[in-house]
Amino acid sequence: MELPPPRRRAIRSNALGIGLATGAYGLSFGAISIASGLTIWQAQALSVLMFTGASQFALVGILGAGGGIAAAVLTAWFLGARNGLYGLHVAPTLQLRGWRRLAAAQLTIDESTAMAVAHEDTPAASRHAFWATGISVFVLWNIGTALGAIGASLLSEPEILGLDAAIPAGFMALLWPRLKDRLSWAVACGGGFVALALIPVTAPGVPVLGSALVAVAAGIWVWRRA
Amino acid sequence: MIWLAILLGAAGTYLEKLIGFILPATVLDRPIVRSIAGLLPVALLAALVIVQTFATGQAVSVDARLAGLAVAIVALMFRAPFLVVILSAAITAAVLRAIGVAS
Repeated sequence: MELPPPRRRAIRSNALGIGLATGAYGLSFGAISIASGLTIWQAQALSVLMFTGASQFALVGILGAGGGIAAAVLTAWFLGARNGLYGLHVAPTLQLRGWRRLAAAQLTIDESTAMAVAHEDTPAASRHAFWATGISVFVLWNIGTALGAIGASLLSEPEILGLDAAIPAGFMALLWPRLKDRLSWAVACGGGFVALALIPVTAPGVPVLGSALVAVAAGIWVWRRA
Repeated sequence: MIWLAILLGAAGTYLEKLIGFILPATVLDRPIVRSIAGLLPVALLAALVIVQTFATGQAVSVDARLAGLAVAIVALMFRAPFLVVILSAAITAAVLRAIGVAS
């Protein structure tokens, strides 16, 4: 079934708006990457190849804080696990084969999934929303990363501008919309507390991984109670 | 070293995305997987906030980053956009350091 042009236009303008907003995230990701010791190309490679914001910020933040590769990579993987569930949800609507499926997988993130779900009443609209949002976010996230990285690399000492304080603020902004009930607050407080307790006694990066145990314990508790 | 982390990290996160498209729904779509996967970002992001605010290597320190975080939280409560949240934290820390109130 063909999608009526007004709905198609509405979806595209929404997708563009979401892309512009994430482009601003990309700007700060690029700048923070440089402040954490990455090169412009490394920041850009992450935005093209990894393309999932929270994992990218985490990888860069942990490497910048002196954490090992294993801790940085594992944390990025843990944060990316939810994308697998997103794929599970959108795959039946998208109905893809071959290279289109490989491309759709890379575009499966919070924003594209949310838009696809929002239009689930009409499969054609849902498909259009997924692709339009995924492509818009991919392009603008990468442009944002490039501009942020180039901008920050022109500065001699990023600390003077307080860029190190922008990093926790960035994670807080990613966490904020997920704090929607008592359970999520409890898990956030538990995870934060475990991390704080582990800072003095483990290598950098490990405290963040340790907090994953809180999520696993809480997840099992919720599952057994249901 | 950084390139290795980037490539390993990206390969893993791509496989995670692809798995949802390839595996039959019954393998992944279990309540326990759903509840743990939903809570993982909450715990990890909270831990990242704490570590990036207080850790200096393996030492716990209170400095201008905490003031930046406090201002960021206020900005979030007023539904400020992401860039405003980040910039307000950075500017707070930069100003406190410039006037010598915090390190």
